[in-house]
Amino acid sequence: MVTSEVVEQAVARGKADVRGLNFFYGEKQALKDVNLSVQDKKVTALIGPSGCGKSTLLRCFNRMHDLYPGNRYEGEIVLQPDNLNILSPKVDAIEVRMRLSMVFQKPNPFPKSIYENVAYGLRVRGINRRTILDEKVEEALRGAALWEEVKDRLGDLAFNLSGGQQQRLCIARALASDPELLLFDEPTSALDPIATASIEQLINELKARVTILIVTHNMQQAARVSDFTAYMYLGEMIEYGVTEDLFVKPRKKQTEDYITGRFG
Amino acid sequence: MSSYTQISPQRIEEMRALIGQRKLRDHMFAIVGLVCMLIAVLTMIASFASLLFDGWSRLTPEFFTSFPSRRAADAGILSSWVGTTLVMLVTMLAAVPLGIGAAIYLEEYAKQGIVTDIIEVNVTNLAGVPSIIYGLLALGLFVYILGLGESVLAAGLTLALLILPVVIVSTREALRAVPSTIREAAYALGATRWQMVSDHLLPYSRGGILTGVIIGMSRAIGETAPIITIGALTFIAFLPPSPVSAEPPFINFDWLFAPFTVLPIQMFNWVSRPDPAFAVNAAAAGVVLIVMTLLMNGFAIYLRYQIRKTIKW
Repeated sequence: MVTSEVVEQAVARGKADVRGLNFFYGEKQALKDVNLSVQDKKVTALIGPSGCGKSTLLRCFNRMHDLYPGNRYEGEIVLQPDNLNILSPKVDAIEVRMRLSMVFQKPNPFPKSIYENVAYGLRVRGINRRTILDEKVEEALRGAALWEEVKDRLGDLAFNLSGGQQQRLCIARALASDPELLLFDEPTSALDPIATASIEQLINELKARVTILIVTHNMQQAARVSDFTAYMYLGEMIEYGVTEDLFVKPRKKQTEDYITGRFG
Repeated sequence: MSSYTQISPQRIEEMRALIGQRKLRDHMFAIVGLVCMLIAVLTMIASFASLLFDGWSRLTPEFFTSFPSRRAADAGILSSWVGTTLVMLVTMLAAVPLGIGAAIYLEEYAKQGIVTDIIEVNVTNLAGVPSIIYGLLALGLFVYILGLGESVLAAGLTLALLILPVVIVSTREALRAVPSTIREAAYALGATRWQMVSDHLLPYSRGGILTGVIIGMSRAIGETAPIITIGALTFIAFLPPSPVSAEPPFINFDWLFAPFTVLPIQMFNWVSRPDPAFAVNAAAAGVVLIVMTLLMNGFAIYLRYQIRKTIKW
């Protein structure tokens, strides 16, 4: 857990800075002038009631909205260290997605073997050398705390794993391509409490290596795993700060109402 | 001591009477459904059994290795089953890549809008156009304008055109059945559209695509009208040149341009003869045609079963 003083220093170490972001699904504005600095090698949580735009914001980071017609971004998300505006039409969405990885709400492994699931991100990049793939797949599976459970059955179908294992497989798949920023979209909402605990522990271990941005509908989870928390409501960023501060002494009444359960 | 919530015996009686009534309707529908099912299935079984009964005596090895003849007892289906096989081969080779390519384009690449909607409605409607219309189109296009003549190639392409809508529609449905979460997973890893299609969509939807192809092929194998329109022969006593030969270059494509006949035409020809012995030949040829179709469908069902074992969303 970081303290307020550290925040001041840390602001300079933004891994990705969201500046004046507006997002539109067709005519409907889903994000309104959002500003947020995602800190390097820290876990940032996005919380808020359903439909507040937290997932929409997350999906701006890897330009997932490009896949569907009629979506429009305004403003910028600047990725460091090279000052790349992720949202610029001049930047290829594929380039962005090669630097950022995403773990989805429901485990969504491909109907392929465990090995091929993890290797796919590398294959997309043209890496097909067996020795490199073997090494990277093992490393990613170890990183996702799944290696010991699956090392003897890498050729098995991913669908034969349990829900929690599938989600860790998806994390391994996301890790295999060495992302700079890992996006989690409510990664435990389809999992039981034990699987949820293992994913949360994993997130704690991963932040030493990678910056994490996580959307969660579960406030306790945000409190447990994150260093920074942002509270969103109706497409606006209401409050953003060190997790402990936000939960213990929120600056805004709205935030307080939400985290104390009076609303949402 | 607290007592249970009360329910009067009368209420329970009423409830039971109502359940009895509702269950009676349930049983009535089950019987109606059973009758519908039996009408459909028994008609099919009866007609196949009668064909088999009529044609059984002619289903000898010689029947498959003899050319048609003026004497019913000597006549066989060699030229027509070879013709059907070759025409089907051309149909498949043309319709599968064209149909799948068009479906992928419409589903994944084309900008969704009025134009794609109009194309979609048209493609679906094309599946219902009478086959003779395709025959007339093919007569003009393939036989005369492109100069393919009354050949295996022209017939195969005609039938390919005929089944193209079926292949396109079923391929699109199969592609749509792949959950969007799988597409997003692939894109999120940095895949291009083509990588997503070729690594994920096509492999995962091959069961559905295959079904569409086989349904189309089953329709094509029995088609007579368009094949007659483009000028298939009704009496042919030679085979198309073999696609492989002993002398270099070993492979040739002359068979594509050979005149041909197919099983349904052979049957039609035999049925229309006055000598009842030929009707027996027609029944036997009918059995062969049905068995070919059933084998094709059976193969598709087997493959689909194998694929479904590994993929469940």
